[in-house]
Amino acid sequence: MSDQPATLGENVLTDAPERRLNMIEAINEALDIMLARDPDVIIMGEDVGYFGGVFRATAGLQAKHGKNRVFDTPISECGIIGVAVGMGAYGLRPVPEIQFADYIYPGLDQLISEAARLRYRSAGDYIAPMTVRSPFGGGIFGGQTHSQSPEALFTHVAGLKTVIPATPHDAKGLLISAIEDNDPVIFFEPKRIYNGPFSGYYDKPVEPWKKHPDSVVPEGYYKVPLGKARVVQEGEALTVLAYGTMVHVAEAVCREKGVDAEILDLRTLVPLDIKAIEASVEKTGRCLIVHEATRTSGFGAELSALVTERCFYHLEAPVERVTGFDTPYPHSLEWAYFPGPVRIGEAIDKLLKD
Amino acid sequence: MADPRAPSESNRPALALHVPEPKYRPGDKADFSHIDIGQPGDQPRPDEGIHPSQMAGLAYGLVRVLGDDNHAHGPWNPRLDPETLRTMLGHMALVRAFDERMFRGQRQGKTSFYMKCTGEEATSIAPAMALASDDMVFPSYRQQGILLVRGYPLIEMINQIYSNKADKLKGRQLPIMYSSREHSFFSISGNLATQCPQAVGWAMASAIKGDSRIAASWVGEGSTAEGDFHSACTFAAVYNAPVILNVVNNQWAISSFSGFAGAERTTFAARGLGYGIAALRVDGNDALACYAATEWAANRARGNDGPTLIEYFTYRAEGHSTSDDPSGYRSAQEREEWPLGDPVTRLKNHLIAIGEWDEQRHAAMDLECAERVKATTKEAEKNGILGHGLHHPFHTMFEDVYEDLPWHLEEQAEQAIRERIAKFGTERPFG
Repeated sequence: MSDQPATLGENVLTDAPERRLNMIEAINEALDIMLARDPDVIIMGEDVGYFGGVFRATAGLQAKHGKNRVFDTPISECGIIGVAVGMGAYGLRPVPEIQFADYIYPGLDQLISEAARLRYRSAGDYIAPMTVRSPFGGGIFGGQTHSQSPEALFTHVAGLKTVIPATPHDAKGLLISAIEDNDPVIFFEPKRIYNGPFSGYYDKPVEPWKKHPDSVVPEGYYKVPLGKARVVQEGEALTVLAYGTMVHVAEAVCREKGVDAEILDLRTLVPLDIKAIEASVEKTGRCLIVHEATRTSGFGAELSALVTERCFYHLEAPVERVTGFDTPYPHSLEWAYFPGPVRIGEAIDKLLKD
Repeated sequence: MADPRAPSESNRPALALHVPEPKYRPGDKADFSHIDIGQPGDQPRPDEGIHPSQMAGLAYGLVRVLGDDNHAHGPWNPRLDPETLRTMLGHMALVRAFDERMFRGQRQGKTSFYMKCTGEEATSIAPAMALASDDMVFPSYRQQGILLVRGYPLIEMINQIYSNKADKLKGRQLPIMYSSREHSFFSISGNLATQCPQAVGWAMASAIKGDSRIAASWVGEGSTAEGDFHSACTFAAVYNAPVILNVVNNQWAISSFSGFAGAERTTFAARGLGYGIAALRVDGNDALACYAATEWAANRARGNDGPTLIEYFTYRAEGHSTSDDPSGYRSAQEREEWPLGDPVTRLKNHLIAIGEWDEQRHAAMDLECAERVKATTKEAEKNGILGHGLHHPFHTMFEDVYEDLPWHLEEQAEQAIRERIAKFGTERPFG
């Protein structure tokens, strides 16, 4: 994959300033490109049309591509997902937005019983090639209705794919892959890092994406494949498995503590890049799993089981999970809930003790 | 401290909860004289472009064409030629014969489950004939008549019901949950009312693309209580979608009478009025009225005049399914006393009344239907019946979950085949 358009001459490349985008801009660009490339792509959701979305992810797209391609919907997640299933049966490639992941539940029957199983139950007669975009995760004082991380509800469902980007570069490339994928994809966007990576210190100023190397986003069409993890940094002391916001928090903690960690950004939970996980844990012998979602039956439980089943004889310490607590996401005590530097730091110390 | 839930000492009246109760239970004499069925021909037929608010009466009345004199009456008479009427009668007779045989097949242990549409044949067959064959249908589970109208092979239906090695759905679906893209027939879910917003979405897509095809969905009156039905109405109204939302009001949702879906308060057609959707309430046992209503709604949709909600007022003459025994909750007399009669008999009598049919031809047709179903069933049984080994290969269990097989399903497929070999010493003991 080339990071630059092949049509540009070498001199131009050298002189061209690096193009840096935040995650919203990268997502907007992916949507714009797919609307232009594929006449079957349509975008719908609450406030996504004229206004361009409450997080601006669809800004300008209706004006550019027309009201038949990008339009507002009633406040009905069941309806949004339900009509997207029907549109997929027609042959469109809908990209519905659910304004917050916390609001996705009225659409669950249409996702779980319909979209996820349509290919199977019709033996391939019908498919549901939709990508459901939705901002998820906390750290923005959103309270219990604008902060949840419900990814494990979806990874549990046979037939759905679950994708979570951690950088602007990946957000664009993964979203293009998701839209082109012929299976229904849940595309959770970690809204805490829409505008900049996050160290886990909520009381420090927000660092913008433009200082981060992965905010360099190539122009035009490119894909980051689903099911391939990204090695954020190589290391020997332990393996960190994370996705979304927690990739950056874990990275900051390891840097701060001077731990030689190998950090894997999973990028796709289903299908999971098990080979990358096995290779890393077999090398380091220690595994830390970090997610923001509640602990019990979280995706960390699945990761922990997989690592234990497949890498047991390479492990030198029990697998550690750092997660949110098993409470609703609190408002005033948000940072007591959040699996921040202290919780991650303690787990690292425990893993490295012996 | 006093229990705050104790009766108030104030002089406010005590509140009382109303739990609906059907008029007749087992052993009761059924009397439907309280149901106002109007007169055939008494409902006006407005222009298809009418604003829904101008036709509200049609949501409360009953569009009827066939009278007790067996002749067609009034502006809703679709004026079908005798050949079309005979075709319609033939489909209805065939689906009835098919239902009889498949029901028996379940009792004989050839499959796990079956659902008849007895008494409701007109609500799927007449609309299917009024639609174009490439209009997309999103059925519920009692619209097997649509497949017959569209020429779907009987043997494929039986293969599916038997979940055998020739089942096009690879034995994955409960019997009667058919799917055929080739026949513009959407995969039946089993989760109720999910097909309603899907039909609206398909219709929206057709409109986005400037296509001319429309969509239609079917749902039972009981399932109109699901949120999906109301989402469908909202989206259909908001986007003026070219869709027909059919509600088959057969009075019973398993053991719950229509009162538990709100029938004591208003009609199901009237649900459309609040959304600004054109609404028709139709005699569902009158094939001509069913045809005419669909024809009207299809014209309306094709003219970009918007969606229509049609309530077919009918009666579920048999149990909900092979797993149900209605003698446990309703009067056995209801079927006989139903004021709108039997749809097959009524259409047959109409054809006889206009001199285009007779009892001998009808008896011969019934016999031919029974023979055809019997022969096809025997043919299908060569491909196996449920639980007798002639199923699809094990690996197919893991296919079509995703377009490609991910590693974890590949591993699980290997495990399933290992278990098979451990049990039988071979992967496919039945070939």
